[in-house]
Amino acid sequence: MDKVKTNFQQVGKSKIKVDGQSLVTGQPMFVADFTVPDMLRAKILFSPHAHARIKNIDTTEAEKLSGVKTILTYKNVPRIPFTTAGQGAPEPSAYDSFILDNKVRFVGDRVAAVAAETDEIAKKAIGLIKVDYEILTPVFNPKEALKKGAPVIHDEKEAHMPLPLAYQPKKNICAHVDMKIGDIEKGIKEADFVFEHEYEIHYASHTAMESHITTAYFDPHGRLVILTSTQVPFHVRRIVARALDLPVQQIRVIKPRIGGGFGGKQEVLLEPLTAALALKAGQAVCLKYTRSETFISSRTRHPQIINLRTGVKKDGTVTAVDFKSIMNNGAYGSHGLTVICNTGSKVLPLVNCKNIFFEGNTVYTNLPVGGAYRGYGATQGYFAMGIQLDEMADKIGADIIEWCKRIHIKEGETSPVFAALGEGTEGVSQSIGSCGLDRCIDLGAKEINWYQKRRKKQTGRYRRGVGMVMMMQGSAIPEIDMGAAFIKMNEDGSFNLLVGATDIGTGSDTILAQIAAEVLTVETEKMLVYSSDTDLTPFDVGAYASSTTYLSGQSVLKTAQKVKEQIIKVAAEMLKEPAENLTVHDGKVIGKKGQVTFSEISGYSLYTKNQFQIMASDSSIVHKSPPPFAAHFADIEVDMLTGKIKVLKYVAAVDCGTAINPMSAEGQSEGAVLNGLSYALTEKYIFNEKGRMLNPNFDNYKIFSTRDLPEIKTILVPTYEPTGPFGAKSVSEISINGPCPAIANAIYDAVGVRLYKTPFTPDKVLAAIKNRGNHRTDLPDGRQARNVPLQFRVV
Amino acid sequence: MKIETTINNQKKELTVKSYTEPLLDVLRRHSYLGAKEGCRHGQCGACVVLINGLPVNSCIYPAGRTSGKKITTIEGLGKPNNLHKIQQAYLESGAVQCGYCTPGMVLSTKSLLDKNPAPKDEEIKLALDGNLCRCTGYVKIIDAVKLAAKRLKSKRIRD
Repeated sequence: MDKVKTNFQQVGKSKIKVDGQSLVTGQPMFVADFTVPDMLRAKILFSPHAHARIKNIDTTEAEKLSGVKTILTYKNVPRIPFTTAGQGAPEPSAYDSFILDNKVRFVGDRVAAVAAETDEIAKKAIGLIKVDYEILTPVFNPKEALKKGAPVIHDEKEAHMPLPLAYQPKKNICAHVDMKIGDIEKGIKEADFVFEHEYEIHYASHTAMESHITTAYFDPHGRLVILTSTQVPFHVRRIVARALDLPVQQIRVIKPRIGGGFGGKQEVLLEPLTAALALKAGQAVCLKYTRSETFISSRTRHPQIINLRTGVKKDGTVTAVDFKSIMNNGAYGSHGLTVICNTGSKVLPLVNCKNIFFEGNTVYTNLPVGGAYRGYGATQGYFAMGIQLDEMADKIGADIIEWCKRIHIKEGETSPVFAALGEGTEGVSQSIGSCGLDRCIDLGAKEINWYQKRRKKQTGRYRRGVGMVMMMQGSAIPEIDMGAAFIKMNEDGSFNLLVGATDIGTGSDTILAQIAAEVLTVETEKMLVYSSDTDLTPFDVGAYASSTTYLSGQSVLKTAQKVKEQIIKVAAEMLKEPAENLTVHDGKVIGKKGQVTFSEISGYSLYTKNQFQIMASDSSIVHKSPPPFAAHFADIEVDMLTGKIKVLKYVAAVDCGTAINPMSAEGQSEGAVLNGLSYALTEKYIFNEKGRMLNPNFDNYKIFSTRDLPEIKTILVPTYEPTGPFGAKSVSEISINGPCPAIANAIYDAVGVRLYKTPFTPDKVLAAIKNRGNHRTDLPDGRQARNVPLQFRVV
Repeated sequence: MKIETTINNQKKELTVKSYTEPLLDVLRRHSYLGAKEGCRHGQCGACVVLINGLPVNSCIYPAGRTSGKKITTIEGLGKPNNLHKIQQAYLESGAVQCGYCTPGMVLSTKSLLDKNPAPKDEEIKLALDGNLCRCTGYVKIIDAVKLAAKRLKSKRIRD
């Protein structure tokens, strides 16, 4: 058992969110709730073509419309290449985007933008813009895009990588990564069994309930203020400055409350264009995406085609993992390198193996653009790896529960993958400081009733099955990401905690307040949190890479310790005792002769003697990215008549180190699980032959609602990560990776077919069942392939 | 045109652009900002308000139709430091993450519990089916509804 500290006062408690009361009463706190005098409304003209050059745009008629203030096209915006990926500088993403360009590269690409007095006028003006397109041949299939002679999507001379990384736009290759450990062919030769399959994992939309929205206005000094729904305010400031050739000093970015992000708002998507409109119009502009615009023109989960070949010995040793993926980045290269890197770096270290090969090619196509999405490549990777581990266990006749526990990386161990593969560059070597995966597997198996349900013979219309998968993720990007905090003390003993860290609904403001409160021995409610305002708070990279608790939490902890030292110093002066004699407890400093309260201390420091402001700030970077671990279990039912999959129960056992706020940690896992379930079963982009998404709405792009909710059981398995704040690791992303492989494995358990393509829609399940004679061998436990007793009627 | 309605138990005259102007836009223009826009097609429930006690998607509800009716918005429930029991239950259960769907979710909950003080799980799921949430996975929202039902019931008994 790991050493688990339990004597916390604020940490480890399910504190109510610091912003909870305002949110639950519907206070005006989101971007759309703020209006600025004379604020214009903006609309965008989106491309109806997947690939075309704009020969000319005529805006004359639109300009004549009363109420139209500004129209932007490629003709009157700065032509500066940048990336919309909200990453640290320089970004490991291709500079292949312009505010507006003379070429469109997918249906939904931006052609022109109008700012007008009302939404209606802006919409009408959009309809009056005449565009003369030269239609180019599009390419939708990433494998086709790689072929010689395929249409070149980025033929502009400006497109480049800001870092010296492989980038071959002429070949539609937007990023490439490879990594070799040991000798893969030797590993394959040593194996008693070799597996090889192609896996396909599909597009998805984040569907944060609040769509993308940005308001840009000018403060009384003429500085540009960008109020925006973002996960990365500091990156927004930098990227807008670049795209518009403005000094950073001229820009202030404010993040109010955010209606969900999930990676979609790690994209600097609306801000440069909104700012350009505001600058041109000389007045405030609000630009928001409608739901259908968000589906079509924002960012998505990158689809991947993975070829996974593995070898395993009869004794259960995994001898080779040969992992190749082609990732479809759509029309622009956002996060193209880092997502594919994560597919390797967050998946391959999990299973001990001496021979590993990984290759990823990220490819441009004329489809919607990939971006950061919770899971960030690991979701795709675990689909392939999770299924193949299940196949291996079957083949060698191992009990997968016990076998998984044998082969995964353990506390104190390292993997060469950590050093070989980072986010866009080489990685950082690390050994595992905490791992509760064995316990996750055991507790999860018990909760799902694994041994009573696995591999049970069934007949009839509804067949049940259970499947599992084990996973890891990371916590922040080591040696790259930085977060900072500032704390000052008020005379009533309350504190202002200012953090760059970006609460997008995750509860990070609360968690950071709990960390500070724990150090300062006060109630969490004594911390007044203000986050993510580039003028007022210190820097932080923002809400991504599962970083906030681990990374920003460290900066808060260090800052609070500094403040505590100052408090003790003042108390020593007040009590006339040496600091060594003093202890801090419950908002008081206690000495041998007496005690003083925090409010007395702060009052003294502000008004009485040797006055100064008790305040401190600190920053942190991290040298490791300690993985959280999880084991997921799905208990499902397959309808043999319709092919419909119903999830009856889903268990997620998660090791996130110390859960700073267990209720929030559970909530993170549950939200991720449900998103994952919905992705595995119903969410799907449907394209026509011209590359247009046909279902950009919630009626036809089905995300789970309450009626789809199965029984979900979350088990937090406490460990203590020595490098984390109070032992914490990350929790937000890992659980979205489980449902695809866990359900695929459960389908196999139920009906004996493997599905290698997501999502598991009834048509696919039904087809697989019908064809299973062609696909499968007999089950390893000696059972014969089951016959389907029902006649299927194809409608 | 003007319409006479009752909002949160107060008589109110609303200015609407036309009979069919979406109620959501009218409410937001009149500073009832708790109702959120999520899809504008009646598919997500972020804009839910109650009309004569029943939840409607205000983004597709013609404002003109509210004439003479009673509208309840989230502003009509509790305030910070004086929360409605449903709101308190949402916070204590961890049912609020980003909070964007929360006003609609809370109002759908209120409508359910007003009619059915002790709903079963399936009834809760049915009542909240029109309110999408991407953050929570609904688990803690269902918990919150049950907790609120329990507390409202004991309040009724006390009263």
